[in-house]
Amino acid sequence: MIPPLIVKRALELALGIIAITDHNSAENVAAVIEAAQGFELTVLPGMEVQTREEAHLLCLFESVEQVLDWQAYIYAHLPPLKNDDRLFGAQFVVDASGEFVRHNDRLLLTSTSLSVEQVACEIEQRGGLCIAAHVDRPSFSLLANLGLVPEGVPFAAMEITRHTAWDVLLQQHPSLSGYSFIRSGDAHRLDEMTDSTIFSLHEPTLAEIAMALRRSNGRRVKVVGNGQHT
Amino acid sequence: MTLAELAQALSLTVQAAEDKLQTEVTGGYASDLLSCVMAKAQQGNVWVTLQSHLNIVAVAALLQLAGIIVTEGRVPDAATLAKAGEEGVPILTTPKTTFAIVAQLARAGIEGAEKE
Repeated sequence: MIPPLIVKRALELALGIIAITDHNSAENVAAVIEAAQGFELTVLPGMEVQTREEAHLLCLFESVEQVLDWQAYIYAHLPPLKNDDRLFGAQFVVDASGEFVRHNDRLLLTSTSLSVEQVACEIEQRGGLCIAAHVDRPSFSLLANLGLVPEGVPFAAMEITRHTAWDVLLQQHPSLSGYSFIRSGDAHRLDEMTDSTIFSLHEPTLAEIAMALRRSNGRRVKVVGNGQHT
Repeated sequence: MTLAELAQALSLTVQAAEDKLQTEVTGGYASDLLSCVMAKAQQGNVWVTLQSHLNIVAVAALLQLAGIIVTEGRVPDAATLAKAGEEGVPILTTPKTTFAIVAQLARAGIEGAEKE
């Protein structure tokens, strides 16, 4: 999944917006944004954070500067362990053409010391969006790890996978009600990029996405698939 | 006690790395949060959990644990068991709960060991 191939695949799939949400890190975000220059594709800077409850939360920001500032905060809350390439996989930092720049030596495949509430509130304060990742998954999700969506936490939306129908999930988990849903691929490979969400926006920006998730000012969001519509 | 002796005493089913059961168990740790296991469990410990996904093998290999007891009737998938075999990490399963297994381990003389 090097930047030029991610961009190429996104264009093939007629995606208008993608977000780069690497695990506890954002060191490859700028490279993908650069690779998308000149193409009709918006790349949003982001991250997937693992909270201390081992739940995954997606963080979306407007600028690379904001996401790198967030990265510093996350790095400060990770245990000071080194990655083991053989056991956990190699962690590369690449440039816009996909050329190797350096290894990321920090162990990223673990939890931060931050709770779900702390992460969501901090993101809101920084002007980003916090979306609960793949809530229907049997691991690393709010529903699996906490049993419910905790009340009063500033989530912008709930993300579901293609394996679940939205209305069935809502019946089983009433704490999901009131949130907008998105569906995305959590793609770790190019052939996993096919899940998408339809947004009605005036322009492809984070602010517009925020409005769509709140269903305000005529902006809308829709999840299709499994014969279900939201 | 070795893991083989514990498997017999607790009626555990061996699912992977059957050839690595002669390890002397140094103590036990129970948690379903992998990050806690990484922080606290020690070499030679037996890890009791209901997590059955692929990542448990990497954590156990990293810490050189004696093995993993997966509870509540969960059984890791074929890919996880294959990886456990490759890494030499014994996986044993049981229909009992984590609490019940820990109680049995304690009676068998296995103590909780925490990092200082």
